[in-house]
Amino acid sequence: MNKQNLIVSSAPHVVSPVNTSRIMLDVIIALVPAMAMAAYVFGIRALLLTAVCVVACVFFEYATERILKRPVTITDLSAVVTGVILSLNLPATLPLWMAVIGCFVAIVLVKQLFGGLGQNFANPAITARIALFIGFATAMTTWPLPAAQQTADAVTGATPLALFAKGLEVPSNAEMFFGTIGGSMGEVSALALLIGGVYLVFKKVIEPTIPVCFIATVAVMAILTGNDPIFHVCAGGVMLGSIFMATDYVTSPITRKGKVIFGIGCGLLTMIIRLYASYPEGVSFAILLMNIMTPHIDSLTVPALNGVPKEKKAKGGDK
Amino acid sequence: MSSVQKHLKGIHVDHCKNTSGCPVTPITLPEKVYIPMSQHIGAPCQPTVAVGDHVKVGQIIGDNTAPVCAPIHASVSGEVTAIEQKMTAQGRVDTVIVITADGKQEAAETVVPPTVTNKEEFLSAVRASGAVGLGGAGFPTHIKFNPKNPEEVDTLIVNGAECEPYITVDHQTMVAHAQDIADGMKHIMHFLNLKKGIIGIETNKPDAIAKFKELFADSPELEVNELQQQYPQGAERVLCYESTGRHLIAGKLPADVGVIISNVSTVLKIEQFLKTGMPLVTKSITVDGNVIKNPQNVEAPIGTPLTDIIEFCGGYTGEPKKIILGGPMMGRAIPNDDVCVVKGTSAILAFDEAFAQINPETACINCGRCVKACPMNLVPTAIYKAYINKDLDALNKYHAMTCMSCGCCTYVCPARKQLSFINGNLVKGFVNSQGGKK
Ligand code: SF4
Ligand code: SF4
Repeated sequence: MNKQNLIVSSAPHVVSPVNTSRIMLDVIIALVPAMAMAAYVFGIRALLLTAVCVVACVFFEYATERILKRPVTITDLSAVVTGVILSLNLPATLPLWMAVIGCFVAIVLVKQLFGGLGQNFANPAITARIALFIGFATAMTTWPLPAAQQTADAVTGATPLALFAKGLEVPSNAEMFFGTIGGSMGEVSALALLIGGVYLVFKKVIEPTIPVCFIATVAVMAILTGNDPIFHVCAGGVMLGSIFMATDYVTSPITRKGKVIFGIGCGLLTMIIRLYASYPEGVSFAILLMNIMTPHIDSLTVPALNGVPKEKKAKGGDK
Repeated sequence: MSSVQKHLKGIHVDHCKNTSGCPVTPITLPEKVYIPMSQHIGAPCQPTVAVGDHVKVGQIIGDNTAPVCAPIHASVSGEVTAIEQKMTAQGRVDTVIVITADGKQEAAETVVPPTVTNKEEFLSAVRASGAVGLGGAGFPTHIKFNPKNPEEVDTLIVNGAECEPYITVDHQTMVAHAQDIADGMKHIMHFLNLKKGIIGIETNKPDAIAKFKELFADSPELEVNELQQQYPQGAERVLCYESTGRHLIAGKLPADVGVIISNVSTVLKIEQFLKTGMPLVTKSITVDGNVIKNPQNVEAPIGTPLTDIIEFCGGYTGEPKKIILGGPMMGRAIPNDDVCVVKGTSAILAFDEAFAQINPETACINCGRCVKACPMNLVPTAIYKAYINKDLDALNKYHAMTCMSCGCCTYVCPARKQLSFINGNLVKGFVNSQGGKK
């Protein structure tokens, strides 16, 4: 008559409906405007590249997990997110096999060999972009021009930042904001990326701290060095990097204070590289460097206990 | 006062207060009650009756002269038919006095209003009432009311937050007995020489707030603190801060920061004891969950078997797979329903298989949700990882011992990590076993 064998588990007995797959799905949804913009600007080839990256990333994730005898976690959608973000970092004309190599670097080398989701110290997509950039410099810097600007003998051209680095005339800010410019698939439209970012903040997937600090630092640095802040914010992946890659949970600090430091650091490094280094492209390196700093930032920003001043925290629990 | 302060963090959980309109109904008298001798922290009581004795309601059946102990009373009149070892609602085997009810419910001769004129008499009355704290451990109330530093204690905080989902019994109690609770607060403050009395109520109980505001209209020393709807407003440390701005750091007693915290139902019990002399023999309980036929609030004698209460609520509508004593955030899941109501039981929640599903854990994605949720401002995931690595230094660095097992971090974790269980229970055991007290 008594009910036996009830399920016993530790409290709490209720959990929020948000799980990892749900978060990743939201990120994918947030990337849709950028993907749509890429398809509009660069044509169907852009969608093909994204599809190839997604399939390759999921396949590599599945295969490595099988080989390493780990539980297969492709349903958490994190490999899909990596594939989409990586594709947005590539020029739409990149040979597909190169993109697949990028996916291999991202998923196998950067993510799985370090222990899988949550264990990698660097953002997979960023690292893959840098690897491709170094390995296939020509293909990676041959940016297709938007369909509308193509003429018989000019289908590829320089990105605004490359023009900037060469001291040539750069596109107008409006063109850069709406995305009718040359560049990697995801860099072209600041607006599309911003819509995705607002969605993520609204859905509480990310906090605006990192993007805001990142973008603000870039703008302030531009002003201080006598450059056009809007140009620097809209050009060369600051939007894509700050909203979708610098906010990667795994490789960014966990506390609010840490996020501020991280965002400002990314912004500073981006501008230093842009203005003083030989690469026009600062965002990827900036984020990678800050990824490496993340564990140290986290360990320096342990929050103080309620009601315990920071200096005295070592004795916090004592009576 | 609290409106200008920064609030502590917390989470928003579905209230599921399905029974919020249900007044507390006394259940049909059980045939037998099983009363355990340890329903509080401290020395267990020794039975003061023997098998075959006839007992009456309110008669002491267990007591102990140890300083930290509250007496236990018969909740029904009848005959003591056994004194045995039995698994109790607290999850341990304990000496249990079984009383077979005679149905007359005669009150014991000792049940007369106590004479209380000073603090000593008041404290012994509180002890005699059998009141214990309802926050998990069950600290005897008379000990709480008698801090070592009485001159520094100036505020009484009454906990009417009821922030756990499902539970509505404190709400009902406040609505039905507001006057007695207010009087009880006044008495406690008078005898303990406290200057201020604050009752903290979450704003999802506007009728209770309105009642107390009206009652407190011409008592400037009494105040209603309208708490924002957030879990865990009713946790002692959170309530203390939200009501007074004083931080109750881990390891400190409320009295160390000048407050005494008591639950509404404890205050009510004390007031009723002062008026009638009837000690704590019944408990008001919320019975809810998706396999309970008629979810409602009931009043049951201490020691009533769970099955009797569930039967009174129409029985199960499906196969229960998880039964929780207390709320879903901090309550305890029990392995079978062969247990009885104790002083600390506030709710019985029974759920089906779908609810009881345990979600598989996945990798921590460092999302920071647990950090944003923790009312104690900890980094739950760092404590969790330090525990997995058995890294004592990191545990200390991340203030692991401050965790109060509130469950906020586990609730929000998308990776379904059992953060609160590990941080609150396993970590403490580990740190203590290493002698690394923090
Ligand atoms: S909420 Fe869970 S997944 Fe997120 S940081 Fe905390 S432990 Fe990791
Ligand atoms: S259970 Fe502990 S670590 Fe988790 S939120 Fe509560 S106090 Fe913080």
